[in-house]
Amino acid sequence: MEYPNLLKEIIGGEKIAVIESSQPFKDELYLTVENGEFVRLCHLLHKRLNSAVKMFFAEDLRAKLDKYVLYCVFLNEQKRSWIVVQQDIHKDNPVFATLAKDIHSASLFEREIKEMFGIDPQGNPDGRRLKLHDEVWPRGFFPLRKDFSLPPEGSLAGLQYKFKRVEGEGIFEVPVGPVHAGIIGPGHFRFSVAGEPIINLEIRLGWAHKGVEKILEGKTVHEATKVFECISGDTAFGYSLAFCLSIEKAFGVSVPLRAQLLRVIFLELERMYNHANDIGGIALDVGFSFPAQFASLIKEAILQLNEKLCGSRYLKGINVVGGIQKDVDSVKQQLIQQALLKIKSDFISLEEMLFSSVSFMDRVDSTGILRTKTARDLGITGVAVRASGIGLDMRKNLHSIYDSLSFKVIKEQSGDVAARLKVRCNEVKESISIISQCLEKIHTCPSEFRQDAQEKEGFGIGCVEAWRGSVRVWSRINTKGKIERCKIVDPSFLNWEGLSFAVLGNIIPDFPLCNKSFDLSYSGNDL
Amino acid sequence: MSLSILKNSIKKGRVTIPLSLSEPACPPDVEKMGQELKKLIHTKFGRSLHIREVDTGSCGACESEIIACSNPIYDIQRFGIDFVASPRHADVLLVTGPVSKNMELALKKTYEAMPEPKFVITVGECATNGGLFRGSYYTHSGLKKILPVVLHIPGCPPSPAIIIIHLKLFIQNL
Repeated sequence: MEYPNLLKEIIGGEKIAVIESSQPFKDELYLTVENGEFVRLCHLLHKRLNSAVKMFFAEDLRAKLDKYVLYCVFLNEQKRSWIVVQQDIHKDNPVFATLAKDIHSASLFEREIKEMFGIDPQGNPDGRRLKLHDEVWPRGFFPLRKDFSLPPEGSLAGLQYKFKRVEGEGIFEVPVGPVHAGIIGPGHFRFSVAGEPIINLEIRLGWAHKGVEKILEGKTVHEATKVFECISGDTAFGYSLAFCLSIEKAFGVSVPLRAQLLRVIFLELERMYNHANDIGGIALDVGFSFPAQFASLIKEAILQLNEKLCGSRYLKGINVVGGIQKDVDSVKQQLIQQALLKIKSDFISLEEMLFSSVSFMDRVDSTGILRTKTARDLGITGVAVRASGIGLDMRKNLHSIYDSLSFKVIKEQSGDVAARLKVRCNEVKESISIISQCLEKIHTCPSEFRQDAQEKEGFGIGCVEAWRGSVRVWSRINTKGKIERCKIVDPSFLNWEGLSFAVLGNIIPDFPLCNKSFDLSYSGNDL
Repeated sequence: MSLSILKNSIKKGRVTIPLSLSEPACPPDVEKMGQELKKLIHTKFGRSLHIREVDTGSCGACESEIIACSNPIYDIQRFGIDFVASPRHADVLLVTGPVSKNMELALKKTYEAMPEPKFVITVGECATNGGLFRGSYYTHSGLKKILPVVLHIPGCPPSPAIIIIHLKLFIQNL
């Protein structure tokens, strides 16, 4: 066993009593500690692994064990594995000491635990609720507790959300949303400005909250896969894949090579159409409409290709636990190949149009800078973190089929809109190369594309580097083969905060540009 | 730069024309439907139909398809349909999503801000009965109890062609 050494290596020298440790999978290490040691161990991991808090969530086990359990997940980049720190919370005293004072990326997770489970992170300076808005949901009703019941009619406390106020001469507030001018999800943005530059931006989300994690409880794996496809419509494939990966771990299914390769193809197609959409969106937000429309043609071409391949423009209904629903035959493979050629040449034209336009580059250059340090502290993922000089990419950071494919992790240093634009452009090129490699490999690979799964009790983490960033799912299946608890972390969850830092000092007219360069999900964040 | 734009606009031509020569091609029936739609809008709405879209917690796929209606391939604007930024300019309110509790007030306010005559159309499974999110503690199962809905556009998400076809149905039945 490798993990005792690993443990020594990480904890090395510090006296931390680990009550229990286990390594159910090659890339997941679970450590249970006493309540007093939880904060110390988390700090240690945070520092030594240089990892933000990747997931932090609770589970209600009061029915059987009289306790809640908290799980705090870190990424060990070197060993390409997850480290999960566990802590028991007694049901009669639902409090824990906050991590957020020293680990910023834990703060939002703690607020979520507080509103959903009623477990209080003592010492967390921000107690405001994220998703259950004070205006419509009374206090004291915690949806993710197992014994939750709906609040009675008329039990509202009539509370109001408190925004951060910036005060002083000449400072005024600009509230925007939740209904926006464009065709876009709901979010409320409150800008504090002095003249033109933004001094503070507070983003209030949760408008699209629909209780996904509660809905998933008690569902079969098959039903849940469908829900996952509707968590964030533009990442339908990424989400269903992350969920399937987590269940496949729990069930101990090994997915046939062919299915793994086809999953890569679909995941990269999803990345391509969304990146094309974003590049077009950035052009549109500066009023440069020809390339914007041109990009929408590329997006439409990929969506139509998707429909031909699997009958769904948004790649729904493909993933099942153990593989994929339908094979992609040689005729369809050829379709992909032809489409790729066309997309590639169109894409080069698109880039040419954008990067050779001085007035366009002037708008995106040095706009909305997210500094490397900020990106790391906030736990940003995906395109935004890579554009700020950190090469975090779950396709490389974890063991997967991607190990057998050659591709580069695209990085930029400047952290501005231009950097995020360049990362997207270059990632599309990498995606095209990845798909070509997969198509070559598929020729020589056995025709089996689905492995039957035996339902059993278990749990596991599934993680996918989707186009927006890493989608993380932890799920536990009970003895009946139904979902007991499922925690979903959308890449947007922590990235939204990145946006509120990136816009500081920029002018409000540049906000749409910054926003589009991050292109975050409302639905995925609000769940 | 302008040279590459010129080159590409000549090379691409009009993608909206339902020719099978240009890929990605527009499905042939959209053009026909659209022309009929145009005539109907001309007679019933005085040249143009303005739509305001509100997302009440949808996953974003419906939005993506509604946006796709305006891309050069479907180009819904040539039939006289426009998506507007303010409810004050709108004839139709297009609602997506399972109506999250948080969005209820904002949705009602948007509806109230619209001038008469006004119509509400729902898009996607969630908006009509809650879809996959039916029975959740935080959604209303369907919009019908909240606002008067005149038409539902089915699909998860409905493709741009289906959206255009249903908009025609809506005007026809008016």
